[in-house]
Amino acid sequence: MKRVVITGAGTINALGHDVVTTLRAMSEGLCGIGQLEFRDVDRLSIQIGGQIKDFAAEGHFNRQQMTLYDRFTQFTLMAARQAITQSGLEFSGDLAARAGVVLGTAGGGVSTWDDNYRAVYEEGKNRVHPFVVPKLMNNAAVSHVSMEYNLKGPSFTVSTACASSNHAMAQAFQMVRAGAAPVMVTGGSESMLCFGGVKAWEGLRVMSRDACRPFSANRNGMVQGEGAGVFVFEEYEHARLRGAEILAEVIGFGMSSDASDIVMPSKQGAARAMAGAVHDAGINLDQVGYINAHGTGTAANDKTECTAVADVFGHHADKLMMSSTKSMHGHLIGATGAVELLACIMAVRDGIIAPTIGYEEFDPECALDVVPNEAREAKVEVALSNAFAFGGLNAVLALRRA
Amino acid sequence: MDVKTKVIEIIAEQAVLEPSDVTMDSTLESLGIDSLGLVESIFAIEETFDITVPFNANAPEESDFDISCVATIIAGIEKLVAEQK
Repeated sequence: MKRVVITGAGTINALGHDVVTTLRAMSEGLCGIGQLEFRDVDRLSIQIGGQIKDFAAEGHFNRQQMTLYDRFTQFTLMAARQAITQSGLEFSGDLAARAGVVLGTAGGGVSTWDDNYRAVYEEGKNRVHPFVVPKLMNNAAVSHVSMEYNLKGPSFTVSTACASSNHAMAQAFQMVRAGAAPVMVTGGSESMLCFGGVKAWEGLRVMSRDACRPFSANRNGMVQGEGAGVFVFEEYEHARLRGAEILAEVIGFGMSSDASDIVMPSKQGAARAMAGAVHDAGINLDQVGYINAHGTGTAANDKTECTAVADVFGHHADKLMMSSTKSMHGHLIGATGAVELLACIMAVRDGIIAPTIGYEEFDPECALDVVPNEAREAKVEVALSNAFAFGGLNAVLALRRA
Repeated sequence: MDVKTKVIEIIAEQAVLEPSDVTMDSTLESLGIDSLGLVESIFAIEETFDITVPFNANAPEESDFDISCVATIIAGIEKLVAEQK
């Protein structure tokens, strides 16, 4: 089995338009959540989110690309450009033929659906732009990354709601580890912050109207975010021989299905995914120093996740740190694991643990060290990144300091 | 603005050319307009003139709309606009 390392990272999210800005914001405990700005927002009962502001696609893409790229594809390409540039890789010949792209998204081109349903239903138009289908399809982002960077190996989109990115990255990890591909571009993207996207979520009544406060006793729901995270996963020897900078090593993953409920989380399912990642990585439980929690800020998730951590880690659960960066960037749904992996890289590489901000009241059902409100310096060898999706599909990744 | 001038404008924009570069005997291929560019042009033409162009990308030769050159496209659209009135 090959070793797998990360040699490039890119992102755009509510905290920043690149990795450096995002990690600085996380280490300063900044909040990217604010008033949503888009058409008809006044008809929503939930009007806050981790929306990307000051982003003009026009400066980055030409006219033809603009007509073909939904916002989720634009985010993907912004993040992919950063990640691939950082890696220093250029794809040609055999490398191009074998390297691929696996990305996660839950909704794909949600705003393209929204805009065009509005046109035909509300405005009564009988004609839509010919690129509606190639814009909205969930694999559009993968295909455009593949075309832009000449990536011709195994490429596809993974869609498992809030675990999409983690499942995608686990898949890319497996391919590199198994020797099926020397390099995989992976991560995820989401852009649901439009009228129809948020209206759909309102229906579930799990959204907070004021803030995302994971693990805090007064938490009152999740807050949506948007954006993308993209990484270059590379076979270790391939990276070493060309002298690439290694950000972290990916050492394992665990996946599980609750097989119980379409929305309620399960302690057993979450625990099996975490234990599976630790087992796959071949490490001891006490080597895990940090967990980037799924930590949505809902009553159900946070207490279930804390109990699952306690079950898996036993006494060590009281020693490890676990934070939810969703308190800062919001819940990026299918992209959330990708952006949250950045916090894990910061933990193992820089020794900085991103905080759970908005934490106000201790909850005895979440009695772990959730790194409340302020970042902390600590030496961490291994970090886990949790993602537990609606539908009970769980995926956990394990990273180690390079 | 007459139909001809407007159609040439739409085709020129799609081809990223000046309208003066689009001649009546230009073909879509010579202008560098591919299949996606063609359906996008037809969409723009339909929106502009509020007509429905009978064009099926799967069977262009069976469509009652001749796209072999700019002149035939304009003729087809003029006919559709006239029928609509």
